[in-house]
Amino acid sequence: MTPADLLGGAILVALVCYAVFAGADFGGGIWDLLASGRRKREQRALVEHAIGPIWEANHVWLILVIVVLFTGFPTAFAAVSTTLFVPLTLLLIGIVLRGAAFTFRAYSGRDPVQSRWGLVFSGSSVVAPLLLGAIVGAIASGRLRVSADGMPLSPPGAWLGAFPAAVGIFACALFAFLAAVYLTVEAQGELQEDFRRRALLAGVAVFLAAMAAAVVSWREAPLVFAGLTARGWSLPLHLGTAAAGGASFAGLLTRRYRLARLAAAAQAGLIVLGWGASQYPYLVVPDVTISSASAPRQTQVLLLAALGVGALTLLPSLWLLFRVFKGRRPAGPAPG
Amino acid sequence: MTDLAAARWLFGTSLAFHIVFAAVGVAMPLLMVMAEWRWRRTGSAVHLELARRWARGTAILFAVGAVSGTVISFELGLLWPRFMALAGPIIGMPFSLEGFAFFAEAIFLGIYLYGWERVSPRLHLASGALVAASGALSAFFVTLANAWMNHPAGFDPAGGPETVRPLVAMFPPGWSHQVIHVLISCYAATGLAVAGIHAWFLRREPGHPFHRAAFGIALAVGGAAALLQPLSGDLSARQIAVHQPVKLAALEGHFETMRRAPLRIGGWPDAEARVTRWALEIPAGLSLLAFHDPDAEVRGLDAFPRDRWPDPLRVHLAFQVMVGLGSAMAALSLAALLLWWRTRALPIHRLFLGAAVAAGPSGFLALEAGWLVTEWGRQPFAVWGVMRTSEAVTPLAHLSVPFWTFAALYVFLAAMVAVLLWRQILHAPPPGPDGGPP
Repeated sequence: MTPADLLGGAILVALVCYAVFAGADFGGGIWDLLASGRRKREQRALVEHAIGPIWEANHVWLILVIVVLFTGFPTAFAAVSTTLFVPLTLLLIGIVLRGAAFTFRAYSGRDPVQSRWGLVFSGSSVVAPLLLGAIVGAIASGRLRVSADGMPLSPPGAWLGAFPAAVGIFACALFAFLAAVYLTVEAQGELQEDFRRRALLAGVAVFLAAMAAAVVSWREAPLVFAGLTARGWSLPLHLGTAAAGGASFAGLLTRRYRLARLAAAAQAGLIVLGWGASQYPYLVVPDVTISSASAPRQTQVLLLAALGVGALTLLPSLWLLFRVFKGRRPAGPAPG
Repeated sequence: MTDLAAARWLFGTSLAFHIVFAAVGVAMPLLMVMAEWRWRRTGSAVHLELARRWARGTAILFAVGAVSGTVISFELGLLWPRFMALAGPIIGMPFSLEGFAFFAEAIFLGIYLYGWERVSPRLHLASGALVAASGALSAFFVTLANAWMNHPAGFDPAGGPETVRPLVAMFPPGWSHQVIHVLISCYAATGLAVAGIHAWFLRREPGHPFHRAAFGIALAVGGAAALLQPLSGDLSARQIAVHQPVKLAALEGHFETMRRAPLRIGGWPDAEARVTRWALEIPAGLSLLAFHDPDAEVRGLDAFPRDRWPDPLRVHLAFQVMVGLGSAMAALSLAALLLWWRTRALPIHRLFLGAAVAAGPSGFLALEAGWLVTEWGRQPFAVWGVMRTSEAVTPLAHLSVPFWTFAALYVFLAAMVAVLLWRQILHAPPPGPDGGPP
């Protein structure tokens, strides 16, 4: 284990947290868009209550990924930024609109204005994970070519393809699934049944989208395909992911929602870990590796120390945040 | 528009937009916590209402600040990948620590905004204080990175990666002056802007308890900061005179190296003719201010090769705007202090309120101008003496497309924020004259 490997691991952990926490916030937006039936308003209100206090904190995981990437692996940051200029810029617009619209909606009392902001919020909640998934898919598939200093050799449209599209759709399904499962814990009565049904449907969608992405990866993302099928850890990882997926379904079917929530989070986390493991040691397949992109060793060691100290303050604070808002009595009053 | 120009316009617009929300994010939580603290101590319902409304304003402004800050962290790579490939390993430390400070800000703001009825009074107040502290810490770390760009340290540009010393780079010469100057500017700008808004309402209803309470807290914070800022500015100028002499020469419109250099107020630097016209010159003033010695020699732009000059016209004008507005704010604050000292009461004389309204926007204008001074003053370099801005830019083309897109987005968001703050916080029915909630 070199410091570079440890830093790569730290980035992966931050990405897992981003998927498990912020992913569900995106998913909440997707359910806002798909709100239907007699309890439309209640569904939207629940989503808003659930994400309100935590979405900004969850969002910071992405910032952490970015700063650790550019400090620890500057060439990889340059490679990602230049080859993925278009989807990253679109993602930023999505992130800005979503965050602003969510807050504007929460603080703009009147109905017509609220519903317009609601549409911006939910629309961008679909677009952002699509792009995020496509970016991950493009990085993993080996279609982005760069020079040794991270400058692009492939055309600006190189990120477009079947595998990135499949991962984008998969990300939407996964985030929607996470959100629906989490919301079953926070809802009550008929609303709980609404989200239980949605979670089961989204779970099926996750499975189908995963199959589709796996099939496409056979031709378009050989490293991911090998990770899915041929590496030493492939089978145990699959078993773990399948067990978590099964447990979340069982939890939903038997209405043991806290179990389902834990299992769904574990499932999403294992999926992200599996992606990271199958891509190792590449940061951007096939031209940028952990060692080729590494910052000087002294920077990486200091950065690891900073991450350690930071975690000492971060983890108790996060624990407090989630205990206050996601503990025994989750649904809380609106901000005031 | 060339791609370099488009990249600079895009990054500049993003920062100019974000910097307002970032400054508010530093100072507004302090105002909000002071209001809550007063309520907890005295039971004054007006202060509870004030804390809640300021919290709402903070929530809106912080959210926009958080997402616009995200844009900037990505744009560092999208627009300046070569700069980041060089600078990332050297100044990544303050950025990483800023990430944790931002985490703390977001976490405790969540607890503060949504936790009024869910957490104990002590934890609630402590959360607000932590938001204020981590906001200041964020600004501290980010400014360290900028200080390094102005005066790179902790590595050998000619040497290899093994020469990188991140902890040396984190605290480059002059870091303390720049950090102090930036932090004070956040409190001065936000405090006086909020005071200006409430002064506007007090002019119509001088006895209104809600606006009096708000005006008092905001004026105290903003006024104290505005009084300190000239001192910090003097320290900064002396530090720049030693460490960034070209920037000093440009911002003073000082072309010719000389002893007993005059201080120029106003004027129009002409880089071709190498002269600053129509300025009010105070003999030996610049030597006195920069080195505290009227006979000190101050290097002019002529001491440096022409291709290392920033544009003296822009830098000088931005500097004049910053100093002029800063002086006006300090004068207003001094007047407030004298009025308070004589009457031991909140200064709500009509003339003073009018001045406070007029001074409302000046802090943010001065903050933007000051930011332009330091950025324009470092040109043509991204990292002073090491990397030119033209060498830092991305090789991609068509950068004017994202520029116009984000420019439109920011204009739209700014308008929406203004409407929202007006409708939801300022214009909502104020509490009754007895000070009770509405």
